[in-house]
Amino acid sequence: MKPEWSNWIVIFTILNILGMYWLLKATSKQPKEELEKENTGHEWDGIVELNNPLPRWWLYLFYFTIFFALGYLFLYPGLGDNKGYLDWTQEGRYEENLEAYKAKADAYYAKYADMPHEELMQDAQAMKTGRSIFLNNCAACHGSDAGGAKGFPNLTDDDWLYGGEEENIVATLENGRQGMMPALGAGMTDEELESVVQFILSHTSRETASEDVVAAGKAKYDVMCVACHGADAKGSHFIGAPNLTDDIWLYGGEEADIRETLLNGRNGIMPAHKEILSPAQIHLMAAYVKSLGQQ
Amino acid sequence: MKHEDLEKNMGIMGVLIVLVISVAGLVEILPLFFQTQVIEPAPNVRPYTPLELVGRDVYVREGCYNCHSQMIRPFVSETARYGAYSTAGESVYDYPFQWGSKRTGPDLARIGGRYTDDWHYAHLMDPRSVVQESNMPGFPWLAENTVDTDLLKTKVEVMRKLGVPYEEGVEDDLSAVEGKTEMEALIAYLQMLGTNVKK
Repeated sequence: MKPEWSNWIVIFTILNILGMYWLLKATSKQPKEELEKENTGHEWDGIVELNNPLPRWWLYLFYFTIFFALGYLFLYPGLGDNKGYLDWTQEGRYEENLEAYKAKADAYYAKYADMPHEELMQDAQAMKTGRSIFLNNCAACHGSDAGGAKGFPNLTDDDWLYGGEEENIVATLENGRQGMMPALGAGMTDEELESVVQFILSHTSRETASEDVVAAGKAKYDVMCVACHGADAKGSHFIGAPNLTDDIWLYGGEEADIRETLLNGRNGIMPAHKEILSPAQIHLMAAYVKSLGQQ
Repeated sequence: MKHEDLEKNMGIMGVLIVLVISVAGLVEILPLFFQTQVIEPAPNVRPYTPLELVGRDVYVREGCYNCHSQMIRPFVSETARYGAYSTAGESVYDYPFQWGSKRTGPDLARIGGRYTDDWHYAHLMDPRSVVQESNMPGFPWLAENTVDTDLLKTKVEVMRKLGVPYEEGVEDDLSAVEGKTEMEALIAYLQMLGTNVKK
């Protein structure tokens, strides 16, 4: 703050406090003998409204506020640039509280940091902590029941796009994932598109069109889709290509949904969390997420 | 001086009332207009791009501020949940600022990048499709409204008048805005919130 503005604030504040003091003094002074005569002239049925000064205790409360203000401005910042006797700052108090919080949190998570996943999953307290971290950070997309939504994977089915091993889940949490299905159907004719849809459906228990159409779809699949989803259509954990044979659908498994996926492509992004969660928290969360699929 | 003299003399009474009321403003508000901390942008803070500016106006028009604040207070309980606390220098290009004091929904000051564009789309179309417990209303019409590019010129001019340093010609380049829906503009705005502030 520029010194002239600091002085501006100091002068106005001091003047204001002095003004308050003067106001109290001036209005509370009334000679005793005047008191009896001082009435406002308002009279109703013999009841007279007097103009007595404030009761003492009340008046002293006002004086107290003045002393309080002076004491406060002496101890704490408030009077312009003056830092106050205690050198208190909002940032300083925040840093202090943050230190205390970090110490407490580190001590709490330390006991889980080296615990293997199998043990963590058996630890009720750890799983309870996992649940609350989940609700604060993951539930908006994956749902409070971890059941997911269209485009946001269900975590309770033990089916894993990028692998369900500890290191896979930790990598997913730390760095996020970027799944990209290109809009390959956009370059197909309607007939080709339909045949691919039917071929994909043929891996499920659902009814499909004639075998010829499925065979045509397979031929197209073997050119366009096989690189990511594999010859057996079981997908790849390495690039997050979904298994097409398990009847678990991230973007819906109806014919219309599959057609839409082929036509427009899909982008499945899991945001990185290593800036948000500590390594110990991520270790704990990987175990918690894994446990969801095993209940 | 007697109290009576004051009460019965409206002129003096009026002057004194004005004086008493203006003291707080003169001491607490006026110096802020000249304080670097408040009028200079924080490091990395930049004016909104045209698309974000349009999105911000959608945010204001739809009354998002009625339920969402954009100010994280310097308490550990807040920063642990949302991220770094807000500073005055972050809001220098906000006219009007969106700090708010009502949190029916969560604070949005650091929402940028936390969720994907697809999530925001699904969530704004129908919040309960992704968050079952949500009591936020859906805003599906935003996906149908296209951005009014004619208004952009005026918007940028108004911002410039208020002191936002937009470069010459920003308002003439409509390529980023043309054909976009209000939904896309709002998501662009949400995705930049807090991203230019150090974590």
